[in-house]
Amino acid sequence: MTARACKVLIIGGGPGGYVAAIRAGQLGLDTVLVEEGAVGGTCLNVGCIPSKALIHTAEVFSDACALAVDNPFGITSAAPQIDLARAVAWKDGIVSRLTGGVATLLRKARVNVLRGRAQIMDGKTVGVTATDGTVETLRCENLVIATGARAQTIPTLPFGGDILSSTEVLALETVPKRLCVVGGGYIGLEVGTAMAKLGAQVTIVEAAPQLLPLYDGDLIKPVARRLAALNVQVLTEARAQNYANGQLEVMVGETRELIAADKVLVTVGRVPHIHGFGLETLGLDRNGRYLAVDQHCRTSMRGVYAVGDVTGEPMLAHRAMAQGDLVARVIAGEPVVWDKRAMPAVCFTDPEIVVVGQLPTQAGNAGVAVFPFAGNGRAMTRDRDDGFVRIVFIRESGLVLGIQAVGAGVSEMAGEFALALEMGATLTDIAATIQAHPTQSEAVQEAALKGLGMALHI
Amino acid sequence: MTISSIKVPDVGEGVAEVEIVVWHVKPGDLVREDDLLADVMTDKATVEIPSLFAGTVVDLGGAVGETLAVGGVLCRIEHAGTGVEPEVRNAAPAGESAEAASEPSLVKPKQEPTPDIASAEPPTVQKTAAGIPSAPRPEGQTPLASPAVRDRARRAGIDLRTVPGSGPAGRITDADLDAVFAARSTPPSSASTRQRKEGTERIPVIGLRRKIADRMALANARIPHITVIEEVDVSALEDLRATMNDERGERPKLTLLPFLAAALKRAFIDHPEMNAHFLDDEGIIERHNAIHLGIATMTPNGLIVPVLRNAETYGLFGAAGEIARLADAARQGKATREELSGSTFTITSLGPLGALATTPIINHPEVAILGVNRMAVRPMWDGTQFVPRRMMNISASFDHRVIDGWNAATFIQRLRALLQTPALIFMEDEA
Repeated sequence: MTARACKVLIIGGGPGGYVAAIRAGQLGLDTVLVEEGAVGGTCLNVGCIPSKALIHTAEVFSDACALAVDNPFGITSAAPQIDLARAVAWKDGIVSRLTGGVATLLRKARVNVLRGRAQIMDGKTVGVTATDGTVETLRCENLVIATGARAQTIPTLPFGGDILSSTEVLALETVPKRLCVVGGGYIGLEVGTAMAKLGAQVTIVEAAPQLLPLYDGDLIKPVARRLAALNVQVLTEARAQNYANGQLEVMVGETRELIAADKVLVTVGRVPHIHGFGLETLGLDRNGRYLAVDQHCRTSMRGVYAVGDVTGEPMLAHRAMAQGDLVARVIAGEPVVWDKRAMPAVCFTDPEIVVVGQLPTQAGNAGVAVFPFAGNGRAMTRDRDDGFVRIVFIRESGLVLGIQAVGAGVSEMAGEFALALEMGATLTDIAATIQAHPTQSEAVQEAALKGLGMALHI
Repeated sequence: MTISSIKVPDVGEGVAEVEIVVWHVKPGDLVREDDLLADVMTDKATVEIPSLFAGTVVDLGGAVGETLAVGGVLCRIEHAGTGVEPEVRNAAPAGESAEAASEPSLVKPKQEPTPDIASAEPPTVQKTAAGIPSAPRPEGQTPLASPAVRDRARRAGIDLRTVPGSGPAGRITDADLDAVFAARSTPPSSASTRQRKEGTERIPVIGLRRKIADRMALANARIPHITVIEEVDVSALEDLRATMNDERGERPKLTLLPFLAAALKRAFIDHPEMNAHFLDDEGIIERHNAIHLGIATMTPNGLIVPVLRNAETYGLFGAAGEIARLADAARQGKATREELSGSTFTITSLGPLGALATTPIINHPEVAILGVNRMAVRPMWDGTQFVPRRMMNISASFDHRVIDGWNAATFIQRLRALLQTPALIFMEDEA
């Protein structure tokens, strides 16, 4: 059997893999992308996009519910009902539009997409077992590992039945009456909040002393307040044990508690997908449990690259995409290197949290300027003046080290924050940039002015 | 601070020494880990040597064109290492082995003035940045610049750590880069093109170019060449080639080369003396049964000759595919040693640039070489009128020490007959 040859072979069609493939194709490299399922990976199929569809559905429903009772807008309305199966079908429509779009883009870039399962034989040879069982061997000059990650399991709570991973919870066709979320990271909080808004009685079990353990308390307080308003019970320093007879056993400190739950969602992190397809045979260097890569996304083996979640935290689609773009350019011989300063991260909780750059707790004796949305006209007119914008900066030069915000709709401000950091902006740059009135972005300018000691509206 | 040696790595294939082709650094330069230090060349492959450390280049192990033994010191780098890396040779008390004992003594004198080196660094940086008065940032601090400025610097090969930033918070602006470019470029050439010009560029003949020079000199000095030029009517051959290409489907496109290979295979049956090596030092002629066809190929670095091994085993399309693959590998510098050596006969073709006639130089120790000239439609007299025919000259050189003029002429006539009537090439037995 003769092996088909190609210049670039990418294993995994998620955001890292498909972006690498499109860019490689655009750069004229003979590119093959191997994907077992639908292109788009976790992000498009069972992650970012479906969860945002669910969150939006929950918000619309929750807003409608708020109109059924006394409200400041003077609207009277009957109590709404929801058919979650229809919302899921709507979500599935969005997913298939997006994955179809990606497939079209790949085709336009002349990428050869192979539907099947890859098995690495050596650093230049990959066998692909197609869905119909036929096996093809490919020889490549460059191999890109973009196999992503999957949900971490807890041994006592194996997925299946009423124990769900994020994938299954996003496909539920009825709202569970009582949902217990194990893991208070951003996935658990996003889905937990949405389910609470849809009417579920939600309990969140987190092992650390606070929710979103990576963020500081100031960012989390507005979210915690909203969870309380939604009647979500939060247990911290709590460890989930077993689930039986509709009850989840939880150890809170030394106390044993039983929480009634119809479904248990386990979101305790994600593990890189690096086993079961011959990757071990390459003996690549590891960085903890992830593949070690350098600033060109090269692994320890020449001609073998890795992008996305397999390369470690933060496991974000946009990081994978940037790495995918970089890796294609590196292979094409462009003089590019990973030199990103800003990696925005958004929690689509209620209110939303945006984190870019350093937190005050990470920046030593840096300056911190905070402007609350309570002083922002636009936030008030949206009836959501909770939260704030915060800038972390070097006192002497005013160089911005980090910008964070918590508030309704702040996810759309992530771009402004990232741009400021990537451009090397100082407080003066931000303060001197006119923001449109009335917008929530005015709070960014005000925070910068406050950092300079010249705030106007506080 | 630690001074560590970067050694010439074992590049494999039993290579014992390498030649320095390019230095990417000079003493005093700041390098990052994985920055390229030098390109070194083995037989025909060029290897890039990256830095194992981030630090300052102390000295270089040799000038461009010099050869270094594998394991020898390529250059030395002063860095803030901990000394745990295997390559590190810090100024520890004298070691046990002779090598270890000699190295620290090499390093020691440099080790003492370390504080001076630290204070001498800013001038280096200042110089690189063309004397723009601004304090460079402390070591280890990432330079502050927008993505566009970073990209521009990278494409121009400028290390932003050496560029002082004039913007707020020490940000490097586009104007700061402009200053570096201005300092780099030679005096402005805005003057008239009729300006009197001075100076001579001296280009070291190194690497592949030197190898080519040596081989050509050897061949021309030793071999008394006799060159025969003959014209060939390739109309029939070209018709055949066009037909086959039209019907080739998924198979590789046929160039003239596979037909030449096939014709040579036929011609060698009657002329085994042409597929031979003359080992002139030993006074031996080796006639080869296998045909390993060298195909002179122009690459970005110069002429190299990938070899179609056992050309006698290929059909036309098979040969076409293999020749295309070899040429591609040669141009990309990926051809293996196996693919670049052992030819028994060489073809040289410049395609459309092929001129009217050439005098090819034999690829020593072979005894003949076939040059292919440009094809053109010329008016030919068929006895009653001029008819347009596709004509092509072939220019072949022979080692006159072992090939007589008569042999050369009959070989060329045979080749001409085969190419003019290509059916003859493929007759199983024309006797």
